[in-house]
Amino acid sequence: MAASPALEAPETVDRQGRRWFYRHPLVIRLAHWINAAVLLVLLMSGLQIFNAHPALYWGAVSTFDNPALAITSEQGPGGANRGVVTVGAHSFDTTGILGLSRDSGAEVERAFPSWATLPSDQDLATGRRWHFLFAWLLVINGAVYLAYGLFSGQLRRRLIPDGDQIRDFGGSVKEHLRLRFPEGTEAKRYNVIQKLTYLVLVLGLLPAMVLAGLAMSPGMDAAWPWLTDLFGGRQSARSVHFIAAGLIVLFVVVHVLLVIVSGLVNNMRGMITGWFSLGRDRETAR
Amino acid sequence: MILQRRKLLTAGAGLVGTALLGGCDRFAGTDTGQRTLKVGEDANLYVQRLLMSPATLAREFPAAMISPWFKPNGTIDPPDRAFRALAANRFADFKLVVDGLVQTPLSLSLADLRALPARSQITRHDCVEGWSCIGQWSGVPLSELLKRAKLKPQARYAVFHCADTLEYAGGGLEGGDGASLWRPGHPGAVRDAYVQLAAADDWGGAPTKSDAPKDDWGQGAPDATEPADAPAKDGRTPIRYYESIDLYDAANPQTILAYDLNGKPLPVSNGAPLRLRVERQLGYKQAKYVMRVELVESLKGLGQGSGGYWEDRGYEWYAGI
Repeated sequence: MAASPALEAPETVDRQGRRWFYRHPLVIRLAHWINAAVLLVLLMSGLQIFNAHPALYWGAVSTFDNPALAITSEQGPGGANRGVVTVGAHSFDTTGILGLSRDSGAEVERAFPSWATLPSDQDLATGRRWHFLFAWLLVINGAVYLAYGLFSGQLRRRLIPDGDQIRDFGGSVKEHLRLRFPEGTEAKRYNVIQKLTYLVLVLGLLPAMVLAGLAMSPGMDAAWPWLTDLFGGRQSARSVHFIAAGLIVLFVVVHVLLVIVSGLVNNMRGMITGWFSLGRDRETAR
Repeated sequence: MILQRRKLLTAGAGLVGTALLGGCDRFAGTDTGQRTLKVGEDANLYVQRLLMSPATLAREFPAAMISPWFKPNGTIDPPDRAFRALAANRFADFKLVVDGLVQTPLSLSLADLRALPARSQITRHDCVEGWSCIGQWSGVPLSELLKRAKLKPQARYAVFHCADTLEYAGGGLEGGDGASLWRPGHPGAVRDAYVQLAAADDWGGAPTKSDAPKDDWGQGAPDATEPADAPAKDGRTPIRYYESIDLYDAANPQTILAYDLNGKPLPVSNGAPLRLRVERQLGYKQAKYVMRVELVESLKGLGQGSGGYWEDRGYEWYAGI
């Protein structure tokens, strides 16, 4: 097996013979939990902002008659109101969640329901204030994480796939699909799919999110017009921002599911205290 | 055992989450919360101004990209009698007042304004709600007016006083019994409310032949006997739209008082006779129905002190993002 610095990380064995290793340094643990809380606030305040004009377009401006996506409510054939999501030429009935939902018993016409937005009431001004304050926290937290990750070598050690992992990519995918997770020494490093996913998230999706957000700003468009061009116009940037938010939500859902099925307690202990158990496997007998 | 612990953890996380988000709304309602949430705006202003200069221009577009329909938002048909009188006469009696901390106060008709140096620009209007339209604006640069009025050294902000009443102090938009506490929640809500209430003739304006908002001038029966700032007949104090910018934005060449949209006189729905364009900021800064430009040292004494109608209702004074 090719030498991987992660696999050589020091470990200790407790009196019961369980192998432990220090998986997550403090900076990374803090950055992880701050990121989780900040992303939740950004998502919910972002949905509040989206609700002020629940339609997406492509290009520089809004083509009001012809949105790429729209969340509306309309009177159904039976006379009752219903929520509708329109994507291109396709419409979906989303009554109860999107377009039309209930808030404290009353039927309300709003794109995303009150339980999904911050503030829960329709309040664009306060939603924007939450969003921009927490956008700064996301950027500062992300900068600390990346600076630490680069200078400590953690980013390379944790997230860049090792040579043997790339060669066995297919095998890793098969193991992953069967929900079989590495044990023992091999569990000291992320598997190749994990590494690539985290890389896409921290170097791709999250920075793209921040840049697409900035590209919507008329002030930034004056200062850095190339940024808005990069996304193909302000309304495109708004759509990219929305789609990227959806991808981050998808990541979080899969991430949390995998954390649960691959050992909730050990994973949570690892991300809270740093210590991760490699179990009591045969290798201890060496 | 493990399963129970998992259940407990999940339930616990749910509880903490709910409490946290309910707490967010409560926190935002406190003074400390409001001050904390404002930090983001201060950071945005500071950093964006680091990245640009007073003269940095907003992007301009080719004529082919002009939007076929420039969405009117906020007030689209001011109910105020004084405004309706002006509109009925195609704004021939309109005078823009420039006063406050200036050495030479000005009073200029539309013809006077059209005789001054003009600027035309095709720019993108970005509404705080999220949509955008491109339009061609022509008008007089604010700097031309300020040059003629000669600023006193204490002047720091230009305040734009507008003709349109959005609500009455202590009362609602529909007025009458004074029981309503309706307030627009966001700029689009004003348009919706006007469309809904257009049928009622007791909303400050004279009844019109048609309830539907119009895009041309001169509708409504004029009642020219009242001065612009007069309180409504039943003694209620109107709260009119206002906006403010600092001299950093006032000096920008693209900051104009526009009288034309897409080569034609500005329609009432888009802010006739004059609309502010401050292109590096969002739509609610682009005050419509501008009657008076007042130069001030501080924004504290105006409205509720935050520098604009929407700013007094929680929106950022710096709307560059």
